[in-house]
Amino acid sequence: MSVATGGGAATVPETVETQRPPKRVTGPLGGWGSRITAFLNRGLVSVVLTLIAVFWLLPTLGLFFSSLRSAQDNTASGWWNALTAPAQLTLDNYQNLLSNEGMVNAFFNTVWITVPATVLVVVLASLAAYAFAWMDFPGRDWLFIVVVGLLVVPVQVALIPVAGLFGDLGIYGTRLSVILFHVAFGLPFAVFLLRNFFAGVPKELLEAARMDGAGEWRIFRSVIMPLGLPAIASLGIFQFLWVWNDMLIALVFADSSAAPLTVALQSQARQFGSNIDVLATGAFLSLVVPLVVFFSFQRYFEQGVLAGSVK
Amino acid sequence: MSQTATQVRPGGGGTPARTRRPPAREGRWLAWLFLAPAGVVLLALVLWPIVYSVWRSLFDRSGRAFIGLGNYQRIFTDADTFTALKNNLIWVLVAPALVTVLGLIFAVLTERVRWGTAFKLIVFMPMAISFLAAGIIFRVVYDQDPDRGVANAVVTGVHDVFSSSAQYPGARPRDADALPPAAAGGYATADTVEPGSTVPLPLVGVEGDALPEDPSAAQAAGEPAADAITGTVWFDFARGGGGAPGEIDDNESALPGVVVQALRDGEVVAEATTDDQGLFVLEGLDPGGYQLALPAGNFAQPFRGVSWLGPDLVTPAIIVAYVWMWAGFAMVLIGAGLAAIPRDALEAARIDGANEWQVFRLITVPLLAPVLTVVLVTMIINVLKIFDLVYIIAPGSSAQAANVIAVQMWSVSFGGAQDFGLGSALGVFLFLLVLPAMLFNIRRFRQEQQ
Repeated sequence: MSVATGGGAATVPETVETQRPPKRVTGPLGGWGSRITAFLNRGLVSVVLTLIAVFWLLPTLGLFFSSLRSAQDNTASGWWNALTAPAQLTLDNYQNLLSNEGMVNAFFNTVWITVPATVLVVVLASLAAYAFAWMDFPGRDWLFIVVVGLLVVPVQVALIPVAGLFGDLGIYGTRLSVILFHVAFGLPFAVFLLRNFFAGVPKELLEAARMDGAGEWRIFRSVIMPLGLPAIASLGIFQFLWVWNDMLIALVFADSSAAPLTVALQSQARQFGSNIDVLATGAFLSLVVPLVVFFSFQRYFEQGVLAGSVK
Repeated sequence: MSQTATQVRPGGGGTPARTRRPPAREGRWLAWLFLAPAGVVLLALVLWPIVYSVWRSLFDRSGRAFIGLGNYQRIFTDADTFTALKNNLIWVLVAPALVTVLGLIFAVLTERVRWGTAFKLIVFMPMAISFLAAGIIFRVVYDQDPDRGVANAVVTGVHDVFSSSAQYPGARPRDADALPPAAAGGYATADTVEPGSTVPLPLVGVEGDALPEDPSAAQAAGEPAADAITGTVWFDFARGGGGAPGEIDDNESALPGVVVQALRDGEVVAEATTDDQGLFVLEGLDPGGYQLALPAGNFAQPFRGVSWLGPDLVTPAIIVAYVWMWAGFAMVLIGAGLAAIPRDALEAARIDGANEWQVFRLITVPLLAPVLTVVLVTMIINVLKIFDLVYIIAPGSSAQAANVIAVQMWSVSFGGAQDFGLGSALGVFLFLLVLPAMLFNIRRFRQEQQ
């Protein structure tokens, strides 16, 4: 969809869509000599980029192959030996992990923390963003500047007071406490992103809806939400990944029965070496979901990054 | 999280969205209703905690005694916290710059190959995974044992290419009287040898895994030239028993790669390395008496790679992991900025005779300056709060050396010490450190609105 009419703040997806195809670089004279130089240059660039790509892929491949080898094999030799001895590859680690009650429980904790924390942020932020973009109330601009300011607040400055507050409320240690904290610290970015996008929706559409007698709530639901879907998708992916990947917040707020995969794995990582089969397998399991999300929604992910922020 | 409030549109602008907002038609209370859920959460879990943390940081561990700025004083005097400060400084100085420069290089280079999109995907991918997973990935990479860790496998591989001599730690001469330890280390013959002679050099005590995979049988040396000394270095131990000491028996292994030197008056005049059959030939010797020496290098412990996660290198090693995760972020942001640069400007410069480097330095980089600033600021905020990577990658023995503020804040508050006074002070301190970035964001946002 095109929201190119919006102000500077309303061009979230536009930036990506207008990206031009790379143009070939040719020398100023365009003769044979410069063509050969250009070809050699491209060849050199290709070689360099290939090396970098290998360097970038190797670490993840290492984890992947380690997760497919037995603990004995991993202790005896490096994962790359599996490339020449494919017989070493086995799914045993994954089977063991799936029969490990603690790990399975942790996996479901991750899901049950991530999904509500994502949905809640999207809903609360959409409401607030609509108010900031299209409703009039005193102090609106100042309040939005507060939201912009809150974008960079480190969680560390809130951990201790919120832990105390949750303790008083009797929810410290539960999944709910982790979810609430994630929602709170996800909101500034979410409101910021959505407000900028909503503000770019053509005014005529809202006017028309108002002419038809639609109230604010109906406009929000049947005009803004459908049109804002790309931004909501970007936000949803970001919030999902941020919560899924978080360790610190869960480490502080979740007790062992509510602990997500990241926290369960970090306690394993304390005795790194002897348990590489559990660690590599668990880590791979924990990163497979973000990777699937990343590859399926890569466009929205990139748009989210371009919208000016990353967690 | 680290966030920078801005749109990436070099030269962008546009009309402010709010000029198109309709007048309020329904009561203002409706707006507050839309704001209320988010507002309550932000107030209770972000804004109030900031204020409380500032207040709490002025009290001692128990929270009963008011100690003013005492906790802040401790940040700078306590040895652990001070290491954390120093490391955070290294992080802030090194990591954001490295990420930005790499992102810039990648963004520029990917425009020149057809598979640029695939490359971008590969480099961008680590951003989707958790710091924890990245930490475990790099624990595997940095494993000290070169047989397991790919980093040390590469380092020892490169090292071995440049120093080809084999090493036999713990090996020693069969006959310590004929081949006693030399003053300079290693062993040297007690008697001198004339050119034209053959010298057997039997060794014992060779560790099994120091031998080549499929060792050749040792061979007796043939008759040397008049100006040469030849001989065999072998493992004088017959597997399965038997064999005469000092004699080359059928089933005794050659020791390839051993360095043998001819010394005259203590000076090395010739050097040779044994071949697969354990044979060496020292050539071009003037008549006279020579000592043969096996220098200490032959018996040194083999190079076992770099101690990446030792106290000295742990922070740079973690920074590499961080760069691995975030270079893709910089690349994508800068790539979008690059796409928005008018091609005409670049072409015009090229037609005027500017070379690629000049175009890059004088046109591309200045036009990208706003994007580069955004990336740098985002990375600085992010790096200030770095926690998971350090917590996971640094092994217990180096945890002290790798400490950063966020990890220290966690350890003193939740990692056992339960010192909420110092913990709050550290949290507030982090908050103060990101305050300039907050002001930068707000200023930039207001500019964009005008």
